[in-house]
Amino acid sequence: MSEHLPALQVVVPLLAAPVCFALRNAAFARAVCLAATWSSLAIAWTLLRQVLQSGPISYALGGWPAPLGIEYRVTVVGAFLLVVVSAVASIVLLYDRGSEQQRLPASRHYLYYATFLLCLAGLLGIPITGDLFNIFVFVEISSLATYALIALGRSRRALLAAYSYLIVGTIGATFFLIGIGMLYQMTGTLNIEDLRQRLPDVLDTRTVLIGFSFLVVGTAIKLAVFPLHQWLPNAYSYAPAKVSAFLAGTATKVSYYVMLRLIFSIFGVGFVFATHRFDLVLMPLSLAAMLVGAIAACYQDDLRRLLAYSSISQVGYMTLAICLANVQGLAGGIVHTMNHGFTKSALFLVIATFVQRTGSSSVGSVAGLGRVMPLQGIAFLVGGLSLIGVPGTAGFVSKWLLVLGALEKGQVWVAVAMLLSSLLAVVYVWRVVEKLYFGEPVASASSEDGESEAPGPSGSALWRATPTALLIGLVILLGIWTEPSAEVALAAASELLGVAR
Amino acid sequence: MTATSGLWMYWAIIALMMVGLYVVIARDNLVKKVMGLNIFQSSAILFFVAMAKVSGGTAPILTGGEGTAYSNPLPHVLMLTAIVVGVATTALALALTVRIQEAYGTVEEDELAREERLEDRSLSRKSQ
Repeated sequence: MSEHLPALQVVVPLLAAPVCFALRNAAFARAVCLAATWSSLAIAWTLLRQVLQSGPISYALGGWPAPLGIEYRVTVVGAFLLVVVSAVASIVLLYDRGSEQQRLPASRHYLYYATFLLCLAGLLGIPITGDLFNIFVFVEISSLATYALIALGRSRRALLAAYSYLIVGTIGATFFLIGIGMLYQMTGTLNIEDLRQRLPDVLDTRTVLIGFSFLVVGTAIKLAVFPLHQWLPNAYSYAPAKVSAFLAGTATKVSYYVMLRLIFSIFGVGFVFATHRFDLVLMPLSLAAMLVGAIAACYQDDLRRLLAYSSISQVGYMTLAICLANVQGLAGGIVHTMNHGFTKSALFLVIATFVQRTGSSSVGSVAGLGRVMPLQGIAFLVGGLSLIGVPGTAGFVSKWLLVLGALEKGQVWVAVAMLLSSLLAVVYVWRVVEKLYFGEPVASASSEDGESEAPGPSGSALWRATPTALLIGLVILLGIWTEPSAEVALAAASELLGVAR
Repeated sequence: MTATSGLWMYWAIIALMMVGLYVVIARDNLVKKVMGLNIFQSSAILFFVAMAKVSGGTAPILTGGEGTAYSNPLPHVLMLTAIVVGVATTALALALTVRIQEAYGTVEEDELAREERLEDRSLSRKSQ
C-alpha cells in the first residue's frame, strides 16, 4: 500500500471529484471532499517524512519504467509543496458551508466540491510528477478548475476576471507546451531526470535557449511575476471568499515550484545564470514586484485587492530567492511558499468573515470591527505582522533566510530593498488595523450593491473561526518553532542546487 | 537556402502563432478572442505534429516489414491530450462568454469597460 502513495496523492482527489458529481447532494459531497483533502494531507505528510529519511522516491506509473512510462518522482521540495497545498486545501475547506453559496443554487453545490477537488488534483499533480508534459496537463487541469471556481463569485465582475485569467492562463500554458516541444525536439525525452542528463550536450543550441524562454515566460504568467501579474488582483478579489483563500495559498506556490524545477533541475544554474545571466532580468523584476506590489497595495480601497497586490509583492520575494541561487536564499524562497501560503489564506478567510458581516469589502467598512469581533481582529493583526515579517511570526523566518542569502552573496542593496518593501507592508497592514481598532463602527452597510449576504446562522460562526484559528496558529507556530520548516527548506534547497549539506 | 526551405513548416507555424496572438490581443469581441486563442493553440499542435514527421516515414503501426521508417508516434499522442485540453478551454471560455452576455448584455470589451466605469461611479456616489 505504502509504495503506491505517490499515485494515491493525485488519484484520491481526482477520483473523489466524479464521486462528488455522482452524489448530487451538497452534504455528502462536502463529506467526500473533506475526506479526500484530509487524506491527501496525510499522504503528503507521510511522503515528506519518507523523502527526508530515505531520499527521492521514484514511482513508475502503471509499472512502466521511467524513460518510457510516466514517472512520479517525490523530491524534498516537491513533498514540501504537497504538504503546503493539501494543508491549505484541507483547512480552507472547513470554512463555513455558506460561503460558496455565491451564484450556485443550493441544489448545485456538489458541483463546487467536484471542481474544488479537480483543482486540488491538478495542483497536487504538479509537484509530484517527474514528466514535463505531465506538468503541462496538471497545470491545465488545475487552471480550468480555477477559472470555473473564480466565475462562481457573487459579483458579475467575477465572470470577466475568470475570462481574462482564462485567456492569459491559456497563453501561458501554450507557451509552456511550445517550450516542451523544443526541448523534446533536442533531447527526445520528456522525463525531467532524463532531460537533466541529456540537455548538457545541446545546451548551446538556439532551440534550447528559445525553449527555455518559452517555458520560463509561460510559468512566469502563472506565477504572476511582476509585469505579468495583471490577472491576479481581479481573480483574487472577485472569486468567492473560500476560493480566494485557497488560490492565494496554493496556485502561485505551485507555479513557483515549476520555476524552481525548470531553472535548477532541468537547465541548471550554469546555463541560466552563468551563461545567460537570467538573473539580470529576474532580479530587477523581483525587486520591482516587491516594491510596486506593496505600493499598489497601500492605495487599494478594497480589502481583497489590497491582499492581492500584497501577494504580488510576496511573489517578488520568492523569485528573488531564485536569483540568489544559494542554499540559504533559496531555502528562504521555498519556506516562504508555506509561510506566505498559510498567512495569506488566513487573511483572506478573515476578510471573508468581515465581508459576511458588513456586506462590503472596502477598507472603510471594517471600522471598529476589531472590538466587535475580537478574535478575527487579532487573527488579522497576526497575519498582517507575518506579512510584514515581524519576529515570532512565520513571515520572519523566510525573510530572515532571504536576507542571509543576499548578504552571503554580498548584495546588501537587495537586503535594503527587502527592508523597504517590509516597511511598505507596515503601511498597508496598518491602514486596515487602524480602521479595525480605532475606527468608529458604521451601521451595517447597505446591501444595494449586491455584494452583501444575509448574516449566516450563528452555528456557522464556529465553522468560520476554526480554519482561521488553525492557520493563524500555524503562522505563530512556524514563527516560533522554526527549525522543522527551515530545516526541510534547507534540505530542499541543497537538493535543488545539488550540494551536499 | 536549404535550411529555410527544409523548415518552411516552422515559418508557417510561427505565422499562425502570431496571427492567433494578434487576434487575442487586438480584438475586442470576446468570442473572437477565443477564436484567436484556438488558432494559437493549433499552431502549437501543428508544431508537435511537424516535429514528429520522419521523411519517408509511414504511420507508426507495426506491420512487420523490416527497415520501414515510421513517424514518431509520441508527439501525436501528446497532441491528443493537448487537443482535449484545448477543447475544454474553448468550451469553458464560451460558457463564460454566454454568462457575460447574460450579465452585461454585451461581449464587446470596450462596452464592458464602460459598464464597469459606470458601476464604479455609481458605487462611489452611493458611499459618499
